[in-house]
Amino acid sequence: MQTIKEIQEEIIDEFSMFEDWEERYQYMIDLGKDLPLIEAQYKTEDNIIKGCQSKVWVHAELNNDTIAFTADSDAIITKGIIAILIRVFSNQHPSAILEANTDFIDAIGLKEHLSPTRANGLVSMIKQLKMYAIAYQTQLN
Amino acid sequence: MLKVDHIRKDFPILSRQVNGKPLVYFDNAATSQTPQQVIDVIVDYYSNYNANIHRGVHTLSQEATDKYEEARNTVQRHFNAKHNYEIILTAGTTESINLVAYGFTTLLSKGDEIIVSALEHHSNIVPWQMLCERTGAILKVIPANLDGELIMNAYDDLLSDRTKLVLVNHISNALGTINPIEYIIKKAHDFGAAVLIDGAQACPHLIPDVQALDVDFYVTSAHKMCGPTGVGMLYGKEEWLTKLPPYQGGGEMIDQVSFEKTTYAGLPHKFEAGTPNICGVIAFGAAIDYMNAIGFSEIAEYEHELLDYGTKKLLEIEGLKIYGTSKNKTSVISFNLEGIHPYDVGTLLDKMGIAVRTGHHCTQPIMDFFKIPGTVRASFAFYNTKSEIDVLVEGVKKAKMMLM
Repeated sequence: MQTIKEIQEEIIDEFSMFEDWEERYQYMIDLGKDLPLIEAQYKTEDNIIKGCQSKVWVHAELNNDTIAFTADSDAIITKGIIAILIRVFSNQHPSAILEANTDFIDAIGLKEHLSPTRANGLVSMIKQLKMYAIAYQTQLN
Repeated sequence: MLKVDHIRKDFPILSRQVNGKPLVYFDNAATSQTPQQVIDVIVDYYSNYNANIHRGVHTLSQEATDKYEEARNTVQRHFNAKHNYEIILTAGTTESINLVAYGFTTLLSKGDEIIVSALEHHSNIVPWQMLCERTGAILKVIPANLDGELIMNAYDDLLSDRTKLVLVNHISNALGTINPIEYIIKKAHDFGAAVLIDGAQACPHLIPDVQALDVDFYVTSAHKMCGPTGVGMLYGKEEWLTKLPPYQGGGEMIDQVSFEKTTYAGLPHKFEAGTPNICGVIAFGAAIDYMNAIGFSEIAEYEHELLDYGTKKLLEIEGLKIYGTSKNKTSVISFNLEGIHPYDVGTLLDKMGIAVRTGHHCTQPIMDFFKIPGTVRASFAFYNTKSEIDVLVEGVKKAKMMLM
C-alpha cells in the first residue's frame, strides 16, 4: 500500500508535466468527470457539506482497518479536486489520515480552491474526512 | 457621447493584469471601481485634514466637519431630498435597512403585515424577518414571473389595511430588472403603508428623485457608485425619521446626558452615533460629483448599448440561457450554460482574467424559483467596453469547451 506521502508526491509529479493552467484544469475536469459517484443512498442531507458556491457529499466506510471515502459535488472542478483528495486519503489507516496535511495542493497550483473564503465546501470536506478518521480511530482502539 | 477611452484612464485598477491577462472587470454590481479623482480625495483627507468632526474647535476639525457636511449636502442635492437632515450617513445599504427595521419594532403590532418582493437581496429580507419575530408581524411576498419581473396584480392583492411596510429593491441585483417602484409606492400609500426602496443597484445607473417618487425611505451604498466601501445613506422623510427611535446609542447622537435621563440630538445626528467614516463620506460626495460630471443620461445610454451587445453576443453561444429577460433592465446579464455549474464557469473565467460573480448573489429565493444553484453574472459599468465583452464571450466559449 502506498503511503499518503507517496501518493502526494506522485500527484505533484503528474502535475509538473502540465505547461499551463489550461492543461491543469482540463486534467482536473476530466478527473471530476471520472470520479466514481457516491451511491445514491448516501447522497443525503446528512452527508451534504454546503458551500456558498458548490455542494459536496461525503460518505465513509471502515474496511478492516482502513477508511474508504466516496464523494460527489454539483460542480465539476470541485469534483476534480475531490477526486485528488480521495486518491490521497481513501484506503488509508485513520491514524495516517489524521497525521497527513494538504500542503501538496499548493505545489500543484490549486491552493486557491482550498481557501476558506472560496466557499466551495472543500475546506469543510477535509475537516469532515478528519472527523471520520477520529471517529474510526476511536472505534479501532 | 461618452468617451470611454478617456474615462478608463481615470481608473488605475483597469490597467492591471490578473493571472497574466489584462483584467476584464464585470463584477460592477458587487462593487464598482474607484477613479483617481476619488482616490485623490481620500489621500488628501489623510494627508491634510484628518480630524474628528462636530466637536473640535481647532482648524483641522472644522475643516473636516465642513467637508463632511458639504458631502451630506451633495447627497441631498443629488437625490433631491427636501432637507439635508433627511440624509442619514450610514455604513451602507445593509445598515440603513437595519436602522429602519429596528426603528419599526415599536411601531408594529401582532398581525400587521410587511410586504417584500421575491427579487430581494438577503439584506432586504432578513432584517424584516427579524422584525417580524420581534413584533409578531407577518411577512408577505410579491411573486415574480419567468422574465424576473414582479407581478403587480399579485401585489395589489397583498395590500390591505393591515399592510404597514412595503420593501422592494429599485433594481434587482441578481437579474437587473428595474421594478415599477412609482406604482408600488403609490399603491402602498393608498393603504397608508410606508415604503422603503433599496437603491443599491439603481444609483450607479440613474438618479432617483426622492421627492418626485414620494418615497418614505430610500437607501443605497457609496461603493456601488465609484465611492468607497463602508459608506452609504438612508434618506427618510422628516416625519418618519422623527418617529423612529435612535438605532445606536453613543457620542454624537445625544443632546444632554445624565445618569437620570438622556435626551437625544435632532436629525440627522440622532442616527449617527459615534465617529463616522469621515473620509469615506467625503469620498462619497466626490464620487457623486465624478459621476455627475460624466452625466447619468450618458452613462445610462452607453450601458444600455453594452447590455444589448452583450446579450446578443452571449445568446449566440448554444446552450446559454439568460435569467432576467425583462425589457426593463440595467446592464446585468445573469446566465448559465446548460448542464454546467456556474462555479466552474466563474473559476475558468478568472483564470482568463475575467472577473464575474457566480453563485446565488445573496438572492436564494429567486434562484430557488428558477430551480438553479446560482448563475454567472456579468455586470457592466460605464468604463467597460464592447471589446471586453468580446473577451468574455470568447472566455465563455472556451470554458464551455473545457467543461463539456
